Amino acid sequence: MTDVSFPASMEAIRRRRKDPDQSGHGGHGPNAPVPGTGHGESGPASKRIIVGYGFWIFLLSDIVMFACFFATFAVLRNATAGGPTIKDIVDIPRVEWETACLLLSSFTCGLSFAATNARNLFWTQVFLVVTGLLGLAFVLLELQEFVGLASRGIVPQRSGFLTAFFSLVGTHGLHVTVGGLWLATMLAQVQVKGFRQEIVHRLICFNLFWHALDIVWVGIFTIVYLLGSIA
Amino acid sequence: MSSEQKHPLHPGDWQDSAPGDEPEDSPGHWIGSYLIGLSLATVLTIASFWIASAHPIWGPALPVALIVLAIAQMGVHLVFFLHVTTGPDNTNNVLALAFGVLVVGLIVLGSIWIMDHLSQNLMTMDQMPPM
Repeated sequence: MTDVSFPASMEAIRRRRKDPDQSGHGGHGPNAPVPGTGHGESGPASKRIIVGYGFWIFLLSDIVMFACFFATFAVLRNATAGGPTIKDIVDIPRVEWETACLLLSSFTCGLSFAATNARNLFWTQVFLVVTGLLGLAFVLLELQEFVGLASRGIVPQRSGFLTAFFSLVGTHGLHVTVGGLWLATMLAQVQVKGFRQEIVHRLICFNLFWHALDIVWVGIFTIVYLLGSIA
Repeated sequence: MSSEQKHPLHPGDWQDSAPGDEPEDSPGHWIGSYLIGLSLATVLTIASFWIASAHPIWGPALPVALIVLAIAQMGVHLVFFLHVTTGPDNTNNVLALAFGVLVVGLIVLGSIWIMDHLSQNLMTMDQMPPM
């Protein structure tokens, strides 16, 4: 069995704690390759490492896509065509609630992963449900914002700035929605199939996805909303 | 080894650890890491919203302060939520991240730079001769 259920980084952290100065150089000392990481002569990386790495590459490509939307927004920020400016459409209290929902959901998602590592079905499910509900609250708040803007005639067709605004924020909202659907299927899979290896791998990927969404949101609330409110 | 007492794991989970290796950190380690991440992220978020609303610093420096806080918070998320570390098994992850950051930087800064120069060299509406 080459697959450990904890990330190999934990082993690395443990070695660093035991030997903080990395004084134990040499092939068999604390710096010997960690089994399962694919380094040194320790054999191929475990499936868990490869799955996580592959999903990490996907997430980075997703972040590059968001960077394109951010760049578009930055360039078109003042292209309002006489329509509403960024300052007119920013609603800070709503953004505060959205941020709180997403940050807390990131935290509960992590707690569910800690429960997964302890192979505790009940708490894994409980924290996944809480994560999903917080994500749902976020999506509803954002939908309400978009519907409210549309009712004031503020729609993507109005100006280049609004196109960029709705694409950037909307793409993130879409990601959260899709993540919520994924979460729902994970709830069912964990319940029916238990902590089989591939299920745990999917939970790892879901965790990475959900945390990455929160990172993108940090960019959005800063670049779009907060910088917009002081424009 | 006392792994069964310390960790509610399946017995097979540590079969490949070396003799004398201590069993890995308990879920408490994870929860601790998420708690640190949550508190740091909360502090940074509150700081961002406070700076944007109360304007405690010189006006033109506000955008810089907000962007610095955002980058700091992204770092907190990477370390405490995504567990990107400097550990030996994370070399590939860190390299991929570095490349991602490079591409993101090129796209965002490059677009802003090019489009800003482009618009500076274009006539604005009021400079345009009446048609």
